[in-house]
Amino acid sequence: MLFVIIAIGLLVFIFIGFYNSLIRLRNQVKNAWSQIDVQLKRRHDLIPNLIETAKGYMKHEQDTLKGITEARSKAMGAGSVGEKSKAESALSGAMSKFFVVVENYPDLKANQNFLALQEELTSTENKIAFSRQSYNDQVLFFNNKIQMFPSNIVAGIFNFKQEDFFELEDKTERAVPKVDFSS
Amino acid sequence: MWELIRANKQKSLILFFVMGICLMVLGYFIGGAYGGEEGTFFGLGLALFIWILMSVISYFSGDSIILALSKAKRVSPNVHPQLFNVVEEMKIAANLPAMPKVYIIPDPAPNAFATGRNPQNASIVVTAGLLSQLNRDELQGVIAHEMSHVLNRDILFMTFSGVLLGSIVFLSHVFLRSMWFTGGRGRRYSSRSKGGGQIQMIMMIVAILMAILAPLMARLLYLAISRKREYLADATAVRLTRYPEGLASALEKISSTDINLTSANKATAALYIINPLKPKGRKLSNLSSTHPPIDERIKILRTIAGGANYINYQNAFTKIAGRGKRSNIIPSSAIHDKENIKLQTISKPEPASTKKGVRDLGDLMRAVNKYVFISCLCGLKMKLPPGFKKDKFPCPRCGRINQVPIAELAVLAGVTQGLGKQHTKKETTPSHKQKFVYHRTGKGWETFTCPCGSAKQLSPAFDKDFFYCNKCGRKIEIKS
Repeated sequence: MLFVIIAIGLLVFIFIGFYNSLIRLRNQVKNAWSQIDVQLKRRHDLIPNLIETAKGYMKHEQDTLKGITEARSKAMGAGSVGEKSKAESALSGAMSKFFVVVENYPDLKANQNFLALQEELTSTENKIAFSRQSYNDQVLFFNNKIQMFPSNIVAGIFNFKQEDFFELEDKTERAVPKVDFSS
Repeated sequence: MWELIRANKQKSLILFFVMGICLMVLGYFIGGAYGGEEGTFFGLGLALFIWILMSVISYFSGDSIILALSKAKRVSPNVHPQLFNVVEEMKIAANLPAMPKVYIIPDPAPNAFATGRNPQNASIVVTAGLLSQLNRDELQGVIAHEMSHVLNRDILFMTFSGVLLGSIVFLSHVFLRSMWFTGGRGRRYSSRSKGGGQIQMIMMIVAILMAILAPLMARLLYLAISRKREYLADATAVRLTRYPEGLASALEKISSTDINLTSANKATAALYIINPLKPKGRKLSNLSSTHPPIDERIKILRTIAGGANYINYQNAFTKIAGRGKRSNIIPSSAIHDKENIKLQTISKPEPASTKKGVRDLGDLMRAVNKYVFISCLCGLKMKLPPGFKKDKFPCPRCGRINQVPIAELAVLAGVTQGLGKQHTKKETTPSHKQKFVYHRTGKGWETFTCPCGSAKQLSPAFDKDFFYCNKCGRKIEIKS
């Protein structure tokens, strides 16, 4: 009788442990996602300033500027992780196109305000890449835990769902995630 | 990642206790050499006391002692925004719980180090020379290396073992010196019996031997581990940035300098990314150097192929430094993770402009020393020392009368106290609340000065009613 009680107590204890570690992992995933979100928002905030600064100089590049503005508003409207990663990588593409075009405008490149903005955007771009890296690490941990025995039993009972990876749409884009316009 | 940190912590703990035991054995025999049997207990107790005292001191204020020794100054983000950006990027990449404090040493020699108790209380220190000589990628490599020391918990280990090594060296030094002067007469203090005298004689010989050997052994052990940690930090830096070329060319630039870092000394030399004390003769023995040979580190970084994982660094290491032998830089328990991390392609290096670099260096050193910069409308940049009292003065080139941003001078003067508090406040609410109104005169290009002293330009295309000053955060209203 005593043994049965001890065994049940032990099982409950292990059960609670698994449940708690699942919750902790899920919160870490959420936290990592909010880290990315902060950086994405920062990028969205910086872009209007950038366009404002560039507009006066780049009279003949209205299409490029318009492309960025459109990509930005699309990215701001995106909801799920999958949608967001698609829209954000489109925005990244538009931005890198812009910075290639900038090379033709030495006046703009000499503008102090623009240089400061450029540094901020480079940094934000890098921060997005780095936080994506750590978000994906967390998601991998979490998804492994959900799929593996015995924690998958607890995950099944409480209906834990696997999280999406934050991946870049285009495979070729992954090779050049670096935005380098050295100061 | 976690296996690596755990293995590192264990090694630090082992080293810490080995050194402590070394210290106590030394104390035991030295005590015995002077005071016989009671002396051994006294010596043991004294050594234990020194060990505990030193550990407590280095735990709570080791980092501030080191920072003060190396003349590092805490800076705010506006002194060098790029540095802060890079540090924050690396903080995100390393997934650290808190942003490390950033210090700059106003010295033209390029170098960097990290110190602190744990990732929550870490400090990253760079010299002004480093900032002026490296480009963004290289700076990122160096900061990643320092962040790896924080992440791998090397910072506490370095301070602890440095302090313990110091006390062992000190104790044996004092003993040997006293032997030299008293000529071994110390034993007469408590020679009560002939037998005791004999034991004391043996004690004396052992003590002399220990006093000669212990510092040597402790130093070799310390250096061996410190060299290994440099390699390991390189490997982690590559894993964080995925760009080994950045760190490699940074190391190349730092090592090619012929300026000596004046504030570095023997005690702090092991902390720096590259040994700041240049040995007079080339090729000192590998056993006695705090850092692995720099050429080797660069070569390893440049041979990494296939990915940014630890296994790739290990392979490159065996190829270059191992010379066929199997020597593990990375604990094998940490290597097993098979995740495939891609390297970034090497971007073209841009030519460095030395003239601009020299000017930047001077400006940076002034900024660290709390100078205030104001730019005249004619384009001249003027540097005001921290004690500047007048509220306006004429430009030496064009004669315009310039307003001195007295508020900013006062803020900078108090920058060392409560810097963290000020920083958070600045993010939520700008410290200068009152807005500034500028009336446009025409439709073309216009230039004016914000009350904080920074020059503003309005383009013909500017059509908004207001914008925020990028220096002080003040709202500037534009009326036409």
